[in-house]
Amino acid sequence: MLCRRILPCLDVRDGRVVKGIKFQGLRDAGDPVELCKAYQAQGADELVILDVSATPEGRGHQVEVIEAVRAILSIPLTVGGGVRAADDARRLLDAGADKVGVNTAAVITPEILSEMARRFGSQCTVIAIDAKRRDPDDPSQGWDVVIRSGKENTGLDAVEWARQAADLGAGEVLLTSWDRDGTRAGYDLALLTAISEAVDIPVIASGGAAHVGHLVDAFDAGADAVLAASIFHDGELTVGELKDDLAEAGVEVRR
Amino acid sequence: MKEVALLNTGVANIASVRAALLRLDVAVRFVEDASSVVDADALVFPGVGAFGAGMERLRQDGLARALQTRFAAGAPTLAICLGLQLLFEASEESPGVDGLGIVDGTIRRFPRDVRTPQFGWNSVEAAPESRYLTDGHAYFANSYACVEPPDGWAASTSTHGVPFVAAMEKGRLLACQFHPEISGPWGQEILRRWLFDEEA
Repeated sequence: MLCRRILPCLDVRDGRVVKGIKFQGLRDAGDPVELCKAYQAQGADELVILDVSATPEGRGHQVEVIEAVRAILSIPLTVGGGVRAADDARRLLDAGADKVGVNTAAVITPEILSEMARRFGSQCTVIAIDAKRRDPDDPSQGWDVVIRSGKENTGLDAVEWARQAADLGAGEVLLTSWDRDGTRAGYDLALLTAISEAVDIPVIASGGAAHVGHLVDAFDAGADAVLAASIFHDGELTVGELKDDLAEAGVEVRR
Repeated sequence: MKEVALLNTGVANIASVRAALLRLDVAVRFVEDASSVVDADALVFPGVGAFGAGMERLRQDGLARALQTRFAAGAPTLAICLGLQLLFEASEESPGVDGLGIVDGTIRRFPRDVRTPQFGWNSVEAAPESRYLTDGHAYFANSYACVEPPDGWAASTSTHGVPFVAAMEKGRLLACQFHPEISGPWGQEILRRWLFDEEA
């Protein structure tokens, strides 16, 4: 039986981890390699590295970070941030990424998805969608796709966009709730259900998790995997402990 | 130092395979010509993407014939993901395209009622006669699979809607539907045992 996946996520800026987590025994919480090693040892199913560098110079570290992480990582690695063209994805895959996420560029030029799927395969092609409720209190009004780190509302319907991205060749959806991100109020479950029913490809839930109950809810709502960042930030909860709790709640996980 | 040849067809994403092999302290050499495919002491044959495109690439430069020769000789070879599927005669993914035909049978699509592609970790039950596998969790990324274990191969299995072949072995030939290179310590051990021919 296919397991539900836990994907810790690292935000990296200029080659350093932003909001580094102070795990026990970790010498340098800002070193992406050290942090990836720790997550892997804890039992993370995959890792996600998002490059949040504000400048092309900062992003210049991206390839060397991925190469260094790949050398020690024996689980899948998804990389995103600043991918504008299929050739950008090629560079990240050559450096050692297994999958590449595209967000803004796919909205502006949807063909990037079909080109990536054709050249590298759908299994490498992740569509990252940031979705914002039209009415914060009423999910029946639907969700808009926002881009450029939320600065721009495209007016695109998030469910329709997910369907179109899957048709173009995306193999997985990384779905972030713009309303819930950073709130620790739990995932937007209505959004998860709407998207996971609209597409056949797996859906990764992101935005809002604070405790194991939120993860169980996300899986019940249709998520195949969950991205978690802030849930680990205080360093008190490990991936392994989280998986123990999930297993106890009846969720199939890899241990 | 032991050397492994890694068949680089230009279509597969092989950085992770290379990294996993390097962790075993062996030298990795990219090869893309037929004579290297036949002559290498150990060969890894990775593959991602569609069956038809994969075969089209192998038909160039005599790679298909070289692989057939290598498998017939039983030379140490590891096929990964699409690499396993291409060993068969055909696939529902690309009707009308001939596979390598090293193994009898047709690759089928997963049933419509399960998430496709199968992405993620699934449990694997090692065949009792398996030399290189143990029970464990493997990372898969596939929409098609071998659902009828072929004669003469030790088939380890998983289930995604239907039971399917997760890996199959015959002597020094090992074909994995999953990606051992990103299947954690369990996958790393399979690579090591295959490379150094150690029994699980």
